[in-house]
Order: sequence, then structure tokens, then C-alpha cells
Amino acid sequence: MRPLEIYVHIPFCIKKCSYCDFLSAPAGRQEQQEYVESLCGQIRSYGETAKAYRVISIFIGGGTPSILEGEQIAQIFLALREVFFIEEDAEITIEMNPGTVTQDKLKVYRDVKINRLSIGLQSADNRELKVLGRIHTFEDFLDTYRMSREAGFENINIDLMSAVPGQTAESYAATLHRTAGLAPEHISAYSLIIEEGTPFYEVYGEGPSPKVKETETGGFLAYPELPDEDTERQMYYDTKRILAEYGYFRYEISNYAKAGYECRHNIGYWNRTEYLGFGDGAASFIDHRRWTAGQEPEKLSREDEMEEYMFLGLRIIKGVSKTGFEKEFGVPVERVYQKVLADMESRQLLEQEGDFIRLTDRGIDVSNYVMSGFLL
Amino acid sequence: MAEINQSKIRNFCIIAHIDHGKSTLADRIIEMTGLLTSREMQSQVLDNMELERERGITIKAQTVRIVYKARNGEEYIFNLIDTPGHVDFNYEVSRSLAACDGAILVVDAAQGVEAQTLANVYLALDHDLDVMPVINKVDLPSAEPERVIEEIEDIIGIEAQDAPRISAKTGLNVEEVLEQIIEKIPAPEGDAKAPLKALIFDSVYDSYKGVIVFCRIKEGAIRKGTPILMMATGAKAEVVEVGYFGAGQFIPCEELSAGMVGYITASIKNVKDTRVGDTITNAQSPCREPLPGYKKVNPMVYCGMYPADGAKYPDLRDALEKLQLNDASLQFEPETSVALGFGYRCGFLGLLHLEIIQERLEREYNLDLVTTAPGVVYKVYKTNGEVIELTNPSNLPDPSEIEYMEEPIVKAEIMVTSEYIGAIMDLCQERRGIYEGMEYMEETRAVLHYRLPLNEIIYDFFDALKSRSRGYASFDYELDGYMQSELVKLDILINKEEVDALSFIVHAQTAYERGRKMCEKLKEEIPRHLFEIPIQAAIGSKIIARETVRAMRKDVLAKCYGGDITRKKKLLEKQKEGKKRMRQVGNVEIPQKAFMSVLKLDDKK
Repeated sequence: MRPLEIYVHIPFCIKKCSYCDFLSAPAGRQEQQEYVESLCGQIRSYGETAKAYRVISIFIGGGTPSILEGEQIAQIFLALREVFFIEEDAEITIEMNPGTVTQDKLKVYRDVKINRLSIGLQSADNRELKVLGRIHTFEDFLDTYRMSREAGFENINIDLMSAVPGQTAESYAATLHRTAGLAPEHISAYSLIIEEGTPFYEVYGEGPSPKVKETETGGFLAYPELPDEDTERQMYYDTKRILAEYGYFRYEISNYAKAGYECRHNIGYWNRTEYLGFGDGAASFIDHRRWTAGQEPEKLSREDEMEEYMFLGLRIIKGVSKTGFEKEFGVPVERVYQKVLADMESRQLLEQEGDFIRLTDRGIDVSNYVMSGFLL
Repeated sequence: MAEINQSKIRNFCIIAHIDHGKSTLADRIIEMTGLLTSREMQSQVLDNMELERERGITIKAQTVRIVYKARNGEEYIFNLIDTPGHVDFNYEVSRSLAACDGAILVVDAAQGVEAQTLANVYLALDHDLDVMPVINKVDLPSAEPERVIEEIEDIIGIEAQDAPRISAKTGLNVEEVLEQIIEKIPAPEGDAKAPLKALIFDSVYDSYKGVIVFCRIKEGAIRKGTPILMMATGAKAEVVEVGYFGAGQFIPCEELSAGMVGYITASIKNVKDTRVGDTITNAQSPCREPLPGYKKVNPMVYCGMYPADGAKYPDLRDALEKLQLNDASLQFEPETSVALGFGYRCGFLGLLHLEIIQERLEREYNLDLVTTAPGVVYKVYKTNGEVIELTNPSNLPDPSEIEYMEEPIVKAEIMVTSEYIGAIMDLCQERRGIYEGMEYMEETRAVLHYRLPLNEIIYDFFDALKSRSRGYASFDYELDGYMQSELVKLDILINKEEVDALSFIVHAQTAYERGRKMCEKLKEEIPRHLFEIPIQAAIGSKIIARETVRAMRKDVLAKCYGGDITRKKKLLEKQKEGKKRMRQVGNVEIPQKAFMSVLKLDDKK
């Protein structure tokens, strides 16, 4: 049986954040229940496929999955366990936002064998949380975090965000210290990207100058400036340095963990483990085919797969394995990518250690540039 | 075919300022005389190049023969010779006019007389043509036909009281135009028994028939088998076919005789042998002297054209050769650039001609081109007495070998409403214009006369003129010799390396300004690299301006989920595609459009 990862998408939230371009929106109870039932239907339709696989990780993402009722989560897991063989020690994560979980819900999560929580904090500075359009304060988060620990969860991730409007290197460092001080097992620290179609894009899409925007109630809201590029990079370097003081190491471009707590589900994406996604907009990768829910699968050619092996693998700090490449494609990586490897190494964007090719620190800064070199 | 009586022939053209409705009137005449039913009628029949129709301009002269049954019951043959409307093609216009006996002057009932109206009328009068005015667009709410008629009489000095007031668009009163053609435009004269004398006014290349020569028979006759001689080029051939012009097709006939307009084909392979303006005669019994007016047209504007993909160099050569078959005024010769590789230095009649050729190469021949800044032909007088005609700035000799330089000058007429006179005079001043005088046409409009260096008007002068006069100024020019001038070569260094394709010649006075703007513009165009890139403008070894493209600090997708993989790949592909449209100079990648966009430096918008 081949290893498989499962992703379940819950496209609901209480209020959309100012930076969010994910498939997610507020919805009524009725709509949520219909969605959960349709999800279970989708899961059950994979009975045949399931036979070839053993599930090594499940990720319930969103949106804010924690706004679903406990029973609805239980319903989803009932369907999953009915259809799939889920390994005993599978990593099972659910995303949640402060203020949306109760002790009862946490108990259900334990019952369905969810063993990892991912809490969206983003910032420990309440002003920054407001700018981001978050519905909670840092204190709300502390409650949720404490409650989660009390419920017995021993593997918790906290999401943080840098380059937030109005953020300074100092305020970000404070967020890092406060968060790491709580000793979660894992910290994801993303740099804010201004995505098209978000409220932030209207304000910041054209550049970093401060903007004034009319609010729905007719008042004016002054938006603080985005940190400049140098500050943004400083924040990135500080993340690694400060978190290291607390015993976290960077294992992926934006992910930090204590030893043994790397997110297996996430690593699976970069190692090209097969996965099935359920729900609106969810992506799947099975049997050399990639597709998004409701769309035609795209069959990957050998070249596509070589490209992916490289540009996905390079997100892992340890790098990509040369023997792994040769084992999968029957040809040494140097033969396919000799020119780009030599070029990038000579410019100190890539380096080799033992069996691995990895990004240097400068290479991480401009990783899109480096990765685009691996397209054939 | 029955003998055609000369008195039943009318050879005429339509002249107008751009947009005054020349092509629409031509279409309407063709439609009304029943040559094509309106169902077959494509708008603007005569503008048959895709590009002409799109831009609404005529590039190549087109000709059509129409049979009109007049109110008096007689049938007349009209040869309508359409002329190009842009100053770049003045010479072609002049040759087309020489093939006519009269001209219809179309004037927009709202706009009135414009600079090109005047220029074209003078040209027509120079050729002894009878000019017959027509007031078009009388259906527009802003039409003032009476005022325009007065204007025509005052400014041009031709009788216009009974000018037909028409709408070419709706067909209103167009029949009146047809009747007046018979009445006001003289029938051709010329002895059909005299030795052959025919004027070439255009030629096109057809892959089956070879060169098709458009001609007006002034004297004598021509038929299949006639041995012919082109008097200026000395080329000889035997006529294979003669005929006249249907709408969009060639209709063979027995003979063309004095007074007629038609085409001939002979075993001529090269358009260069059939220069517009040359005289065709019978090789065995030639006429005594050629028709006046032939002159060799020399390109006024040069630029380098390079294939974006170096491997397409032979394709570019093929395409240029094919275009040249239709367009003898296009010139090209191979050149090499350190930055751009192998390409051609091409010569054009003007900037519009350049743009048209560039677009035709890209569309009809599917070539992706990099074009360098256009320049004019400078005369370099060297200390050793040698004179060089410089078309490529890179070939400028060392300053120590140069005695002095001369640049081409044009005589310009700018027609403008009085409120913008100040703005236009400022513009001409900035472009080193020498004021020669001004005449008021009427209270609110004036013609400004300037002598301007050609290199100051080939870039964006026309755009600047339009934007500073809110579209109210019109402009015409002709070449008016050379003048000594203090010129320098401005070099651009990117990351300390000189980029030859960006060098240009500029007047010493404006060099600093141009250098600074050029650096600013390039800073916008060149994407950030992993390292810092200095952009410098230099005269010789002296740096006169500098900008810096900052190093790229980051280019990283922080957040990336499994579902984003397809999206991520698209992003990387876009990045890779972008690189393909770049030119590598040293270790800097320069977008292709940077080589051309640096021309648009006028910032007073």
C-alpha cells in the first residue's frame, strides 16, 4: 500500500481577513451542514482508490474549520475512517482560530484522534491584529492556547505573519518572543503577500505609501505603511535567529519546529507524496496526475515531474537528494541540470552538502528566481 | 473592345487632410456606380492592406476604374487614383497626382481647412490639376458648410460656392459629385499615334505575374508584345499583359492608349527596375524626352531592426526582401550590434513608414523584432577631407578626426488655432526650431513657419504637437537641405558596459537633458537583478547622467500550500517567459521594449 495524504477544505469563516485570498466566506448553519454532507459523499466515492493506499496524514484546513460544530467534524471523520485505512500514528491536524473553539469541540477533536492543532495567531500586537482584520485579540489567543493544552494536545502550531502594515522589526521581534515563550512545538512564520482581490490589494496593491480609505460607515480609515523591503528581510532573518534561541530550527522556507515536530503533511507536499483533497478548490495529486476539485486532471510528463522534484524539494532547507532524483528518474541530476546548477552555485544561490542540493540564505531570499531556473 | 473616346474619360484623385473622409467618399463612389453591390462592398475598398484599414490611412496608392452613366445618358469612364495621405509619402502623392487631370478636394464641414489640405492643394496646383472642392460630413451637428466654403475661397483661393455639400457616410449628394466630375474635371489629352510616353505612378509585386506597373498613358499606346524601355533605370522588357483596375482585381484588355490609366506586366522581376516617376516608352521607337518629375527617393530615417530570436535572421532578410518588392523606398543593409547580434540597418521615408514596416514584419511575417532608436542621415566632414553619410551612430569616427557635422533640416508648416500658438512655439523652440514667420488664415487660426532639425521631429514631435494643442494643430514638412550643427554621440552604459544599440546622435545643447531622461526611462524599464546595476549616459569618456537599478532584495513565495503547486509553477513559468523577452548585455537582461520606448521622452503631457 502506498502512502497517502488527505486534505479536507472547510471554506467557512466568521469574517474574511483583509489579506485573505483563500476560498473562504461566512455562511449560515444550513449551508455548512449541506457542505459537510456533500464532503462525506465525495469521500465515500473514493472507495476503490482508497484500497491502494495507507493514509499517513490528514489536514483539515480552511477557512476556519473550528467554526464547524463538533458533530460535523465527527461526521467527516466517520466517513474518512469508513473509506480509508488510516495509520495508527498518522499526523492529523485541524486549523483553528482563537475564539472559535470550546472545550466540547476540543474533546471531539481528541475523540476523532486529531493529534495536532494549528492556531492562527498572526501577531501578538493587538493593533496589528486589527489592521489585518482579525476577529480576536492576543488575550483571546492565550485563552484558546491554554484550553488546548488543558485538553491534552501535545503538538501545536502557531501561525505568525511578518511584513504586516505598521509592523516594525521591534514589534515583530516581540511577537516572536511572546509566541516562542509559550513553547508550541511548531511555528509557521509567513511574510504577508498582498494578493489581488483582497481588501489589502486595493490599499497596498500599487506600492507602499500610506493610504486613506473610506469605510462602510462613511468615515475614513488611515492605513499604516507596509514595512520596506529591507525591513521585511530583516524580519525574516530575525525569525530564524530569535526562534533558534528557543530551540526551533528552520526546516522549510517559512516553517520552524522543535526536533521531531516538523509538519509531516507539509513536507509531504514538497516530497511529492500522493494526496487527495476534498472540498471546494482542494487539490489532488494521484498517479502522476494533478487536479483541483471540479477540474480536469493534468497528466504530468517526466519533465514536469523533474521540474517539480527540484522546485518543490528546494523549499525544504535540507535540500533535494541527488540519489533520490536518480532513483526516481534513472538519470543523474547533474546531467539534466548541469548548467543551472553550476550557474547558481557560482553565484552562491545554491550549495551542495553530501547528497543534498540546497538554497543558500541569499538563495532563499530570491528563491523564485532560483527555482524558475529548473523549468525545462 | 470598342475604341474609347478620350472625351469620355476622367482621371482624378481625391485629396484631403487625414480623417476628412477621403476613403469613405471613394467607397461611396465605387458603390454608387455599381461596380460592387453594397453587399460585396467591404468598408474602404481601396485601403486593402489590413493595416491600412485598421489605422484608417492609405499607405499605398490604389486605383480603380468605374463606369458611370451620367444624367445626360452618356457613359463615362472614371479612373479614381487614391493617394497616400501622410507627409511621409509625399513623393508618392506627387507621382499619383501626375497621373491625374483633376482632383476632388474633400474638406470636413466641421474641421475646415487643415495643414495637409493646403499642402495637398498646392501639390495638385503644381501639377496643373483642376481642383474641385467637396464639403463632407454635413450631417454632423457641428458642421458649418458655409463657413468652410468661405475658408476655402479665402485661404486656398478657389471657387467653392457650388461645391457639393455631402455626407459620404450616408451617401447624401454623392451623385452630385459624380455629375460635377464630368463637368469640372477635364478630359485627358494626348496623341494616341505619337511615340509611347507613359508615367509609372506605382508598382506592386505579384508572385505569379511579377512586377505589376501602374501607369498613365500620356501619349501613344501600349499592348501585349510592345517592347518597352524604362527611361531612367534603362531596364527593358516585353509587355505580357495590359489591363485596367477593377475593384480589388486586375482586368486584362487589348490596349491602353493616350489618356488611359491601367497596368502592364512584363517579365520584370525587380521593383527597383520600375521606379515610381519613371517614363515608359517604346524601346524601338522611343519618345524624344521623358516626362518631367522623376527623382530618386532617399530614406530620411534609419534604424536597426533585429530579430528577437537570433535564429530568425534569415527570415528577417526574406521578409524585408519581399516587402521591398512592393515598396522600393524601403532600404536595408546588414549590420551587427554587440548587444543585439545580427540585424539590418533599414532606411524609411519617415517614422510612420518605419512603424508600418515594423508592424507588417511582425504581423504578416510573424517576426518578433527589436528596433533601435531611429536616427537621420548626418553628414560628417572629416579632417582629411572625406565626407561620410552617417546612418548608424556606432560608425561615427573618433571626434579627433571630425572637422564638423551637418544635420538635415525640414521646412515645417504648422496650422494651429490661436489659443495654442504659444504652446506650439514653445515646443518648436525646445526642438531647436528657427522661426520663419506666421500668417493668420482667419482670426482664430494661423500657420506657423519653422525650420526644424529633422532629428528633433522624428521621435515624438507629432505626439507632442497633438497633446499640447489638444489635437488642434496639424503639421506638414518637407526636407530643406543640411545645416552645420554641434552634434555629439551619446552613449549609454549599463553596468559599465556600453550598449551600442542605445547610442544616438544628439545636439550638444540637449545632450545632458536627453541623457538624464534616457537613464530615468531605462531605470523604469530594466527589471531589478540580483545585483545593483548602474545606468550611465556618457559623451566620450565623460559621464553626464547616472541612475541605479537597485538589487533585488527578495523574490520568494513565503506561503505555499499543496493546492498552490499549479499556481506556483505558473508563476515560475511567467518568470522564465519574461527572461526570454530580454536581451543579455554582459550579465544584465534588458527588455526588448527598452530599446524603443526610450524614444518617448517628452514628459509635458
